[in-house]
Amino acid sequence: MIVGERKPIPEILAMLGDSKKVLVLGCGTCVTVCLTGGDKEAKELASLLRIKGYEADSFTVERQCELEFIHPLRERIQSVDAVISLACGIGVQALYELDSGKSIYPGLNTTFMGMPVKQGNWEERCWGCGDCIIHLFGGTCPITRCAKSLLNGPCGGSKDGKCEVKPDRDCAWQLIYDRLKKLNRLDWLLTIQPPKDWSTSRYGGHRKMTREDMLL
Amino acid sequence: MSWLKQVLQSGHFAVTAEVGPPKGSDPQVIRKKCNLLKGFVDAVNITDNQTAIVRMSSFASCLIAQEQGIEPVMQMVTRDRNRIALQSDFLGACALGIPNLLCLTGDHQSMGNHPQSKNVYDIDSIQLLQIFKNMRDQKVFQNGEEVKGEMNVFLGAGESPYADPLEFRALRLAKKIAAGAEFIQTQAIFDVDIFTQWMEEVCRLGLHKKSFILAGVIPVKSAKALRYMKNEVPGVVIPDSLIERMEAAVDQKAEGVEVCIETIQKVAQIEGVSGVHIMAIAWESIVPEIVQRSGLLPRPAKGEITSS
Repeated sequence: MIVGERKPIPEILAMLGDSKKVLVLGCGTCVTVCLTGGDKEAKELASLLRIKGYEADSFTVERQCELEFIHPLRERIQSVDAVISLACGIGVQALYELDSGKSIYPGLNTTFMGMPVKQGNWEERCWGCGDCIIHLFGGTCPITRCAKSLLNGPCGGSKDGKCEVKPDRDCAWQLIYDRLKKLNRLDWLLTIQPPKDWSTSRYGGHRKMTREDMLL
Repeated sequence: MSWLKQVLQSGHFAVTAEVGPPKGSDPQVIRKKCNLLKGFVDAVNITDNQTAIVRMSSFASCLIAQEQGIEPVMQMVTRDRNRIALQSDFLGACALGIPNLLCLTGDHQSMGNHPQSKNVYDIDSIQLLQIFKNMRDQKVFQNGEEVKGEMNVFLGAGESPYADPLEFRALRLAKKIAAGAEFIQTQAIFDVDIFTQWMEEVCRLGLHKKSFILAGVIPVKSAKALRYMKNEVPGVVIPDSLIERMEAAVDQKAEGVEVCIETIQKVAQIEGVSGVHIMAIAWESIVPEIVQRSGLLPRPAKGEITSS
């Protein structure tokens, strides 16, 4: 899922400036599951804005990142001064594509693609590099989970299974080593992984996908 | 041809020392450090923005060292440059006669003084070694295109015997050597027992015959500094007994020098160790005394060794 964290209230208030009538838009997908931008959080933020003196209301759509879900909102958006979107950055941009002429403010910071690892804890798992090689590393992505994205083994700072950069995080290479040892595939680690082709990643420029068979 | 390589190939126990460039533009800083070390070491290792703190570039500092008549080992980290810039600097280093390159991944920028910066890590140190080896020996760039010219460089890498998972460290060294490392400078050794075990594994794998291993040492001025390193420097293991010994010393600075000399003498006896790399961070002036008292003088002179 896409994980986000709500921006601090003072930052949200600063964005709103002198707007009076505000619509808080939640999203029913990823950010609902990570408890930051769903219906409940949208209602909470709207009531908080009312306490602060705004004329605020909230609404939640199933997926803010799809135009067919948000099209019906165009008129409603036009009836307010500003919208706070509690979706990820994709949802915020999708709302702008409605061309409502209104300012849409991001209420969340989109943080990463990840998963809940235990109650109340989410961790990054994927970078979207566009050329998945997780299977070579026993199911732990070193590009995402090693601070230096090392492909050929741990750096010199791995200590007690933890990362030198973030000592409360597991060293990805310790996880890789332990898993491959269990699978009796430590020999995989002796292969020198060549420089990665990053052209499939964000570094290759803005990405898009076309499915010819799905075109109308 | 690399003098360091000649010293090692001729079977001499090599001595190198670290020279950290200044946080400023004064070339005198490098000149002074080099002049202090001249005659006491076979080459100086010039760091590349170590601990991710911005300093004068290793490349420029290496040229200043060369002007002083001391052979540089140019460190190159993959944190700040992608494969385009690294290959370009490699060609520049070859053109200007920098004979030794040490390929490292580099400390993460969050450890340094610009933690807000964006890192590169396009490639890792093992891939960097392989790229440079292929440029030198196969005359190809990383993309497979032909590269022209002489690239007579001696390629090195770092390795820590202390980082986890411990049982993978010697195998990782094997990967570095397979990728192109002809010499290795290790993380600073304070725990000689762990280093000895690591070297046993290195020798069992025959790696000491494929690459020259230089044991890293750091002279430490105080028990406080040792304690700091124990807690803050990743990949360094410091036995409590050593901290206690330093604390008990009347003159901690002198004791630190003593410990360093003892460590050099111990590691010199270990099978497969071809030399020592002294990292006297901000204390380069102590290196001559350490080298002299360790019985490593005189250093081999040009003319004594015939290049192969």
